[in-house]
Amino acid sequence: MRDFDYAAPTTLADAVMLLSRGNGAARPLAGGTDLIDHVRTGRLAPDTVVDIKKIAELNVLEASPQGLRLGAAVPCYRVYGHAAIVADYSALADSGHIIGGVQIQTRASFGGNVCNSGPAADSTPSLIALGAVCVIAGPKGTREVPAEDFCTDPSKNVLQPGELLVEFRIPARAKNSGSHYRRFIPRNEMDIAVVSVAASVTLDDAKQKIIAARISLGAVAPKPLLATDAAAVLIGQVPTDDILAKAADAARKIATPITDMRGTAEYRTHLVGVLVTRVLQAAITRAKGEKLDYRPGH
Amino acid sequence: MSKKRVVSATINGNTTEFLCEPRQTLLEVLRNVLNMTGTKEGCTNGNCGSCTVLLNGRPVTSCLVLAVEADGASVRTIEGVACGSHLDPVQQCFLEGAALQCGICTPGFIMQTEALLEQNGHPTEADVRFHLAGNLCRCTGYDKIVRSVLAAAEFKRGEATT
Ligand code: FES
Ligand code: FES
Repeated sequence: MRDFDYAAPTTLADAVMLLSRGNGAARPLAGGTDLIDHVRTGRLAPDTVVDIKKIAELNVLEASPQGLRLGAAVPCYRVYGHAAIVADYSALADSGHIIGGVQIQTRASFGGNVCNSGPAADSTPSLIALGAVCVIAGPKGTREVPAEDFCTDPSKNVLQPGELLVEFRIPARAKNSGSHYRRFIPRNEMDIAVVSVAASVTLDDAKQKIIAARISLGAVAPKPLLATDAAAVLIGQVPTDDILAKAADAARKIATPITDMRGTAEYRTHLVGVLVTRVLQAAITRAKGEKLDYRPGH
Repeated sequence: MSKKRVVSATINGNTTEFLCEPRQTLLEVLRNVLNMTGTKEGCTNGNCGSCTVLLNGRPVTSCLVLAVEADGASVRTIEGVACGSHLDPVQQCFLEGAALQCGICTPGFIMQTEALLEQNGHPTEADVRFHLAGNLCRCTGYDKIVRSVLAAAEFKRGEATT
């Protein structure tokens, strides 16, 4: 592997300083499951690798009445092993369980997955559906970007040289709300999404009508999408098959997938409809407080 | 060239110090610096699981860990599984169940199984298959591996009650 230097700062200020120096030749290391492979294959050539796992802010994992704080370097296994996330931010646990295999989940972080900015990333749609905000630190201070605006193109995002994704802030789960993430792959596990969908749904007090919804689509555009029109169809409605089909139609309209070995554009567009319906049904089941019969990888 | 670092880690219960460059992975150091060649290299990109070791008790693919990251950590490798010539139940069941042919994937499967059985003493077949999804085997067709893992779980349950 190409030679590089290694630093493991313990403060955010030091990390930002190290990343700003050398003009983009320093790269942050969280779980390393993308970075180390990219350096080995020559896709990235950092002079310095900045291990960010010793910084407290990047390891925060805290559920409170104000919502959830999820540090950018927290590995997947801690996400799905966190009781409050499983109960209240279920889509995140669904994502964490199917990113790579168990070995990868020991190391890979949601922050790294989002910063890698793959259109088929498994964590990004869940963060978008749950209304996450990305907190970014940089030489000019701190700024916040909604999760749906973070990625811009395959492998591209809004981070400027020297900037570091610190944490995700997710609003507290509303009463009578539920969320789910699911992807379609031709295998049981260990694959890249052909299409993926995350949804978060809030029901009224009678648990009949939908009063709020967010839907996100993965692997059908250069970046994960927030399906605003599809969610709008649901507001004020009882989620009948007919209404869910209308939402699925609206979601299909914004999909602009490519044709590749995983599926044709037509196939992917069809799958968007199928998955939006199923994921909404699952999110509604959870919103009602009922148990969802779902096991990751099955 | 970047300066070599001194790393101190507990490997299979022994405090071990080694010198490494930042670009060396834990897999490289285990095999080439420490001469612990039980851990195997398959893909070198996190796909095959043959390099699986336990880092602070959790399974990782050691080809995707920098050796410098292991400073202060505890590492468990296949060399730490048997007790002298006395095989561990997982090894014994793999042997009796013919769960290996060429053997390249085996140390990774054994370490991944150790991690599973520490967490879950009663895995179902589906649990086993899901947990082992990050380990590839080119030879066995997996069935014998899965059956051997289930047998090891049963054996360990028997051991625990006697
Ligand atoms: S060699 Fe590490 S996963 Fe294949
Ligand atoms: S026994 Fe040959 S790869 Fe598994």
